[in-house]
Amino acid sequence: MTALVNCRNVEKSFTKGKQTVEVLAGINLSIEEGDFLALMGPSGSGKTTLLNLIGGLDHPTGGEIEVNGKNLNALSSKALARWRSENIGFIFQFYNLLPVLTAQRNVELPLLLTKLTRGQRKKNAATALEIVGLADRGKHKPGELSGGQQQRVAIARALVADPKLLVCDEPTGDLDRDTADEILDLLQTLNAEHGKTIVVVTHDPKAADHARHTLYMDKGKLAEAVSM
Amino acid sequence: MSTFSLIWANLFRNPTRTSLTVLSVVVAFMLFMLLRAIAAAFAGGVDLAGVDRLVVSGKYSAIDSLPISHVRQIQAIEGVDLATHQHWFGGIYQDPRKFFPKHPVPPETYFEVFDELIIEPDVLARFAATRVGALATVSLAERFGWKPGDIIPILGDIWVKEDGSRLWEFELVGTYAYPPERSGGDEFLLQYEYFTESVIDHGKDAVGWITVRVSDTDRANEIAGTIDKLFENSADATRTATEDQFRRQFAAQLGDMGFITTMILTAVFFTIVLLTANTMTQALRERIPELAVLKTLGFTDSAVSLLVLGEALMLCLIGGVVGVILALFLEPGLNAQAVAFIGNFEMTPLTITSAIGLSVLVGLIVGAVPAVTAKRLTIVDALRQR
Repeated sequence: MTALVNCRNVEKSFTKGKQTVEVLAGINLSIEEGDFLALMGPSGSGKTTLLNLIGGLDHPTGGEIEVNGKNLNALSSKALARWRSENIGFIFQFYNLLPVLTAQRNVELPLLLTKLTRGQRKKNAATALEIVGLADRGKHKPGELSGGQQQRVAIARALVADPKLLVCDEPTGDLDRDTADEILDLLQTLNAEHGKTIVVVTHDPKAADHARHTLYMDKGKLAEAVSM
Repeated sequence: MSTFSLIWANLFRNPTRTSLTVLSVVVAFMLFMLLRAIAAAFAGGVDLAGVDRLVVSGKYSAIDSLPISHVRQIQAIEGVDLATHQHWFGGIYQDPRKFFPKHPVPPETYFEVFDELIIEPDVLARFAATRVGALATVSLAERFGWKPGDIIPILGDIWVKEDGSRLWEFELVGTYAYPPERSGGDEFLLQYEYFTESVIDHGKDAVGWITVRVSDTDRANEIAGTIDKLFENSADATRTATEDQFRRQFAAQLGDMGFITTMILTAVFFTIVLLTANTMTQALRERIPELAVLKTLGFTDSAVSLLVLGEALMLCLIGGVVGVILALFLEPGLNAQAVAFIGNFEMTPLTITSAIGLSVLVGLIVGAVPAVTAKRLTIVDALRQR
């Protein structure tokens, strides 16, 4: 297997007033294509920051991040945006759907950045909704769906542009146990059957049970690696 | 889904707020159309060529009276077919808010010069024969339910009688009408002879303006010059113009209409810009995390900025277009009311284009700050605001 993500000595610090807070302190990490990685650790350990850097939402203060052969440090803000649209699917704790759009249109949103025709966009969005088991809910707005259904729509949105890597920030954090398990099963299916590489930041040990690997972070460093 | 439907959906996320804002923009653009049409009517140029009627009024102000002797002198000018005169009576019937124009006129010449007016010969004869007789337009008589024989009491607010009384009483002898193609609105005519005999000294033998029918329309310019030259060095110098121009001069006594309308519009649009900018800023603040999501999905900073600007533009454009359409819808009715005062009240293609252009400009102004704010949002910080 080849590494899809390579983090080399990645550092990230934030400045608050006159203070500089170091969040990541020299992370070295390699994630293989097809992997399902759970990142666990206490709040403030830097999990989400690392996830944001891998997803190209932020730039590291030091070190290098390479995803799918592309050095993210070298990309401008505009190029990074384009790269995200083609390579990464994002799943958030609070779903982050646009409340004014139907499920179908929320899923279609990333495709507005492609050259697909309106008909193709609609068709791809319908397929993505079908994969997550919500083919019949396309015309509903997020407010008319349960939390689990909203998260499925968010997963469909993450999938629709067919990215290699899905980054998930606490995807079950806002769901009850049963619904959370359904979402984790879905992510597992996407990993096993659709070949998606998945990185999940979570506090949920059950989520980690679904992953192939689990890494623990503490105080901005990777603490331990566990193979499942 | 298209980018347009994304902008549209975002614009109406809070339908009540957006509708109220659009409504205020609609009202602003209706006002723009109406006031620009008024200003354009006042600013219209004068072309005497081809007109068969000229109006002679005081050179320095349309409300300055002219001596009745001017009528005879004008009548004697070669090329003048017939001259008649009118005066501004003012006066209050029942309530100042129920205003309608009242003019003392000479029955014999008035309906000859204004030969398009529709009046039965026997009604005109009664008017000429009745010293306190008066005529009303059909619309005015219908408005107050008057019928021939009614006594119409008018309280003089400009003209007092010789005996010091302010009460003028007229007997309605009949009605007349404007032809359908020339709307004249409400109007009340009284006998000039009765007026000039009864009025206090300083009002006697004076007229407000003189209307002249020329025998050759091609010579209208020349005749106007001759009239004004005739009185050039007198105490009552004149200014001769078309009827339309005279109406505008008369209404312009209110002030500089161009300046007044510009001031009103400036105040209106200043308010609209503040109101709409407030709506846009509020709408932006509510959905900063959503904009961050768009950026997360791959929309560039500029694209997100343009989406926000597009919302402001669409909001103002909708308001502008609806305002223009409503104003055009109201135009015929308003034209009928305004024609008696300012002449042709017309919303030209230039006014319409200006309104649409202005709506785009207002959209750009009110969208500028939210658009820049949206552009500068950093994804990580904005997502934390949820």
